[in-house]
Amino acid sequence: MTIDPTVDYDIFDPSFIRDPFPVIDQIRESGCPVAHTDRWGASWMPTRYADVVAIAQEHDVFTSRQILVTGPPPGQEPEGPYAAVAAPPISSDPPEHHWHRRLILPFFAPQAVAKFEQGTRDLCNRLIDGFIERGTADSAADYAQQIPVRVIATMLGVPTDLSDTFTGWVRGVLETGLTDQAVRLKARTNILDYFKTQIDDRRRNPREDDLITTLLNSEVDGEKVPEEYVHGVCNLMLVAGVDTTWSSIGASLWHLAQHPEHRRELREQPELWPSAIEELLRAYAPVTMARIVAHDTEFQGCPMHAGERVLMSFPAANRDPRQFERPDEVILDREHNRHVAFGAGIHRCAGSNLARLELRVALQVWLERIPEFELVDPASVTWAGGQVRGPRQCLVKF
Amino acid sequence: MRVRVDDDSCHGHQSCAIACPEVFGADEYGNAVVLITGDIPADLEAKVRRAEGNCPEHAIHIDD
Repeated sequence: MTIDPTVDYDIFDPSFIRDPFPVIDQIRESGCPVAHTDRWGASWMPTRYADVVAIAQEHDVFTSRQILVTGPPPGQEPEGPYAAVAAPPISSDPPEHHWHRRLILPFFAPQAVAKFEQGTRDLCNRLIDGFIERGTADSAADYAQQIPVRVIATMLGVPTDLSDTFTGWVRGVLETGLTDQAVRLKARTNILDYFKTQIDDRRRNPREDDLITTLLNSEVDGEKVPEEYVHGVCNLMLVAGVDTTWSSIGASLWHLAQHPEHRRELREQPELWPSAIEELLRAYAPVTMARIVAHDTEFQGCPMHAGERVLMSFPAANRDPRQFERPDEVILDREHNRHVAFGAGIHRCAGSNLARLELRVALQVWLERIPEFELVDPASVTWAGGQVRGPRQCLVKF
Repeated sequence: MRVRVDDDSCHGHQSCAIACPEVFGADEYGNAVVLITGDIPADLEAKVRRAEGNCPEHAIHIDD
């Protein structure tokens, strides 16, 4: 039986996870570009750039009370012992959103993240040292997956030797936990237990030049910020800072493995890097976020009710031919690229400058060390999808 | 050519600074600042137009 994706899409269908764009294109060009499904807790899914951006901008109607793409309705989710801890500012709405975001933005400004470049470069080189003699590697698991977790742990001031543990927890929230609430809650609790310990440690032993200490000492309107806020920021930085950038690095390497002409262009024309990074972010935007409808409304003819979930598929928006010429092609010097890989509006990814830095350094170091490489077997590449899309196993030879 | 950024629309994507770092930078929060508030040198005009065409928030306004 052929299902109609405009009324029954399944973001966890294996073929959708591997390549969602045929279904997304079908929805976008149908008479019903805002699709709906009853699967996975039910959701709406706009597929046109203009609609995704409009929803992102209308934060009063499309709230951030929940941002995961699956799950029970707001208020009914089991949050365990840390019910008061969310993931500010991504889970915040105005007016609190303003200070939730403003306190962390200085850590992520371009001039602030620049100090992580050399360490990231050294890390990438060490990872490649570990497999370059073999002539083969898993560019997703041995390389991409290893980078952002260590950068974000460094930024948070926690030990990088727990990286595999952190990665497991994040996957528990953003991958396996999306279809199994018990798994998600366990992973979330592990993350929050860990950062509670870190926060307690910083209260006893404040550190110089330390993100958690700085946040704990922050004041808003003359009062120290609540601990739940700092706890939630730590939660967000780990959960949002790992899978996402790893997926972007992994998908970009998967692309470059199959496009020798792009490897050559980047080698011969290094001035292409800035636009090339933006183009890879556009074409392989990893993240889909959710919004919760605040009150009954109609959007593009669709009757949306209070409490319903809307998926903001940035990958779908970034492939809309109404906005991008030849959207399925990677054009490294694309002139006009208003991509929304990092979202739009007040929730623009706070870590975008760090993500870009990691993506650029990871690709540059790889191409310096391994200028020529190819997929061992395109059919054996595995992908994760749903909230964050990217390759999870990607064997390459060189 | 002159250029300005609408601070209410800018949400700090930094797409402008990536396309044209000679003219656009960031404040301490990562939001865009215009580094050349007077006339834009002719040899940078194309890059400024590119910056405008890369802003997802349509926050860059060019006065020719």
